Amino acid sequence: MPVLFWTDALIFLLLALTIAFVFYARRYEHLRAPWRQVGRSGVAMGSMVVLGFFLSVTILDSLHFRPPLQSAGLDQTGRYSTEILSVFDWVVTPIRERDEKSYSAPFAAYLYAKETVELPNGRKDRRYPRLKYGAAHLADPERERSADIISTGVWGLLKGMVLCLAVYALIVFTVARRTRASVTVTFGRINTGDTVLRWRPMLLTLGVLVLLTTTAAELAVKYHILGTDKVGEDVFYQTLKSIRTGLMIGTLTTLVMLPLAIVLGIMAGYFRGWVDDVIQYLYTTLNSIPSVLLIAAAVLILQVYLDNHADEFSSVAERADLRLLFLCLILGLTSWTGLCRYLRGESLKLREIDFIQAANALGVRHLTIITRHILPNVLHIVLITVVLDFSGLVLAEAVLSYVQIGVDPTMNSWGNMINSARLEMAREPIVWWSLLAAFVLMFTLVLAANLFADAVRDAFDPRLRQQ
Amino acid sequence: MPGALLSVSGLVTHLGSPVRPVKAVDGVDFEIHEGETFALLGESGCGKSITALSLMRLLPASGRIVSGSIRFDAQELLGLSEARMRAVRGGGMTMIFQEPMTSLNPVLSIGRQIAEALRAHQGETGAAASAHVQELLQAVRMPDPAKRAGEYPHQLSGGMKQRVMIAMALAGRPKLLIADEPTTALDVTVQSQVLDLIRQLQRQRGMAVLLITHDLGVVAEMADRLVVMYAGEIVECAGRKQFFRDPRHPYSRALLDSLPGLGNRKQPLRAIGGFVPSLQDEFIGCRFFPRCERALSVCERQAPVWFTEAGHRVLCHLYTDEAERPAAGTPGAATATPVESEAGTGPPLLEVRRLEVHFPIQAGLLKRTVGHVRAVDGVDLDIPAARTLALVGESGCGKTTVGKSILQLITPTEGSVRFDGVRLNTLPRSQLRRRRAELQIIFQDPYSSMNPRMLVGDIIAEGISALIPDETRQRRRQRIENLLNEVGLPADSAQRYPHEFSGGQRQRICIARALAVEPKLIICDEPTSALDVSVQAQILNLLQALQQQLSISYLFITHNMSVVSYLADDIAVMYLGRIVEQGPVNEVLLRPRHPYTEALLSAVPVLDGDAGREVIRLQGDAPSPSSPPPGCYFHPRCPRRFEACGERYPARTEIGDGHHVHCHLHADSTSACD
Repeated sequence: MPVLFWTDALIFLLLALTIAFVFYARRYEHLRAPWRQVGRSGVAMGSMVVLGFFLSVTILDSLHFRPPLQSAGLDQTGRYSTEILSVFDWVVTPIRERDEKSYSAPFAAYLYAKETVELPNGRKDRRYPRLKYGAAHLADPERERSADIISTGVWGLLKGMVLCLAVYALIVFTVARRTRASVTVTFGRINTGDTVLRWRPMLLTLGVLVLLTTTAAELAVKYHILGTDKVGEDVFYQTLKSIRTGLMIGTLTTLVMLPLAIVLGIMAGYFRGWVDDVIQYLYTTLNSIPSVLLIAAAVLILQVYLDNHADEFSSVAERADLRLLFLCLILGLTSWTGLCRYLRGESLKLREIDFIQAANALGVRHLTIITRHILPNVLHIVLITVVLDFSGLVLAEAVLSYVQIGVDPTMNSWGNMINSARLEMAREPIVWWSLLAAFVLMFTLVLAANLFADAVRDAFDPRLRQQ
Repeated sequence: MPGALLSVSGLVTHLGSPVRPVKAVDGVDFEIHEGETFALLGESGCGKSITALSLMRLLPASGRIVSGSIRFDAQELLGLSEARMRAVRGGGMTMIFQEPMTSLNPVLSIGRQIAEALRAHQGETGAAASAHVQELLQAVRMPDPAKRAGEYPHQLSGGMKQRVMIAMALAGRPKLLIADEPTTALDVTVQSQVLDLIRQLQRQRGMAVLLITHDLGVVAEMADRLVVMYAGEIVECAGRKQFFRDPRHPYSRALLDSLPGLGNRKQPLRAIGGFVPSLQDEFIGCRFFPRCERALSVCERQAPVWFTEAGHRVLCHLYTDEAERPAAGTPGAATATPVESEAGTGPPLLEVRRLEVHFPIQAGLLKRTVGHVRAVDGVDLDIPAARTLALVGESGCGKTTVGKSILQLITPTEGSVRFDGVRLNTLPRSQLRRRRAELQIIFQDPYSSMNPRMLVGDIIAEGISALIPDETRQRRRQRIENLLNEVGLPADSAQRYPHEFSGGQRQRICIARALAVEPKLIICDEPTSALDVSVQAQILNLLQALQQQLSISYLFITHNMSVVSYLADDIAVMYLGRIVEQGPVNEVLLRPRHPYTEALLSAVPVLDGDAGREVIRLQGDAPSPSSPPPGCYFHPRCPRRFEACGERYPARTEIGDGHHVHCHLHADSTSACD
């Protein structure tokens, strides 16, 4: 039975809006041309593939449902489990369900700490117990493990290469069909970079991603490739689940922020006078309240509400989702001021420009002037700000969760992972893998987003374009 | 010839990608001798600025000198190391630019900026340098040099900044001064001051000047010799007198013929059709061939070679091909008789009375108003139907504000604007909107006056859809087609974006947009000052033709006197927010009464340069409109002032024929006492 969370609905709404914008942009040369320039930038296309990978994980992880109950003997048709799963959870079931007892290092066959074990002969001994799932297929992990890891890894790589070739061939054929050129010609063009999109860096990144995915998938079934955490949950699974949280914060916040920033910013700049005064005072006031305080207050109030009305929610996941949504809202409310100020300045400049004066002289109404003349001429600023802000918001989530005013502690997020890793860092011997896993994935996402944003800014900034 | 200071031969400069370069300069040869003024004349995009930058080796990053030689002072510049070249720049030759506003560093005092140039080229520092700075400022006739040296660029007017630039250029004691459109951004009275200064400095210091300009008048005033550039090539090279007496190249002739003026008043101007070809193309024949009125069949096939006669060189087939050699100096005589519209009879269409626009100056935390900028300070204007009133004045005198406040784009502080008997400035918004169709405006800058994100068709339709919303789609499209046709653009322009059009074409689109709502009055705010001479002629012709067909009135706001004398029926001369003289065009131009009008007219460079006219030099710059001087606003700069001028503002004196003036010189006993 499908379940729709608030954030799911919004992310699909955002996706629909983006697709609609793409179709809109295709009709106008002034919007198409800069995107073509982005398409010619190798770095941008490479990072776009990485972002696309993260996005597809998010989308899979946003399709929630309740699995039907299955238990032997009883007729359970039409009855569903109370546990809510996503399509992504279902795909990675083998990793998700293999909880160990406690910490274990990456690729380990034994737990990380000694335990007292009762031997078959009745005596007790302190030793590292074998893991329930990790490397469980090996009879003698000491000797067989390295060879097994390598052979499994190579097997995964091989599978990946086959997949890569298939994808590569598919892309070459599609491009060839669309450009109506022969396959060999297209192949040459893609290799020399003589195409509208720079395919080579995209294919290269895609290849690396596919190889990593297949190898990891192959290995993850047999081992905990990034180890397990305190309660024995697979860290690899946790980091992958955190992708959705990070991306949600980065994108949904802009959905909240954009209407506020655009409407208020343009109004302030265009109408000036008292409208400008009111809006300026509003954002100056908002800006002078430390946003962490505001966020902390809002989240704590929500937490109290959630605790007092626990019975209104059918599941823990639903509560966690509401908190995520609320966090996006409050982040959006505190972060619109920057863009608003840019847009106010730009509108102030635009309203004095000749074509707006001419429109005034022609008796065009204010609303028409705003939508027809001002909005299209500030869209590049909006776009640049959105992509630049995205990485900042992903990082903000981590920081907020670290000080425990971020997402719900039951929700997987990089911030929560780092927060719990804080205590583990103090252990002897040190438990480093949670922190590293969260760091590497977050780093990849933010780096890709920043590189992409850079290319978008270069393409859309009129001052840079003139050179 | 002996003593060539600079000799350029076969200079080729390319811009952009090597695959399909823009051949901005394509084989240019010329020589400049010591102490002479050499003018490089051409329209925008012909490669004259790139030529200058090539000489200095200061090309933009995408540019490179492909071949040729530049010998300066017996030294080949193209082989020099960058370090040695730096010594040549500023030391041997130096350059001043068009925009004095952006050529100075706003955070350093001008004294320090000049001292920096001194340190670089003369190694002077300390007291010697500061004494030298004052000397230089004195040389460029900066008033009060000791005080000015400590001031910052924003405290100086445009003309003074250009003087500072010249002072900096002089710091290296250059042998050649390259002046790239040095006065284009300046007002005509300031322009004549700066040109005068350059001429004098040149005489004193024996410096050569390479003057780059598009203004034939400036060339006629300044140059000893000149070359005409077209599409990356030099097409004619002659002495000044030779050139203006007998321009040989069809392009040069067309340029001279396309100048408006009192002489060819109200006749269609000879505009050059077509456009400058793209410099990315390969040329086979003559580059001017597609636009040439006298093209021969050979012009298309074969590039012309130089023809020299008594030092007058021209690159044209007409002269090498003996059979078709034309008689010298037949100017393209337009045969149409001047169409003088009747003197303004009947009620005026637009009646402006005591119009005032004051902008408050706010200061402090509570934004208290501490004063007013009196941009417009009591202006009276009348425009009858189908007539043209020119509003003339220097920048900052408030003429654009008058235009915008007539349109109610700026709300007037005081006074009345009546159009067709209806007072516009007290109309409620909704009623004003309905009357908007009757008054339209055309702006100066054809690049910022159209939304770059809209199709031309939608731009033109904007007014129609706002003011005549219930028109069918079909009829609207038909109308846009007719309008485009009327302003001389192809019908398929509607489906294109503004950036695909040249400056002149964009101005046509703007005219079409204004015409779309069938106005009775169009306010033209310097519509041709951003355009080249040949394109200006096209636009003026168009405006003239439209007036005759549609009986539109124009309020023509401009600082260009030749355009005024060509187009206007009446003139109003504005100074510091007030009109100082007003009357029919012939009266005011030929018998100016106000000393300011006289000075303004005498400062305009004329083609027959040394006809013994006396230029009235105004002192200083126009005062700020936030604190106008007491009495007559003009009296501090007036060469003919007397005591009464400083005491009260002169009243209006009627001269007759609708000509009136505000000046104590002409005040008769009856009006002087009010």
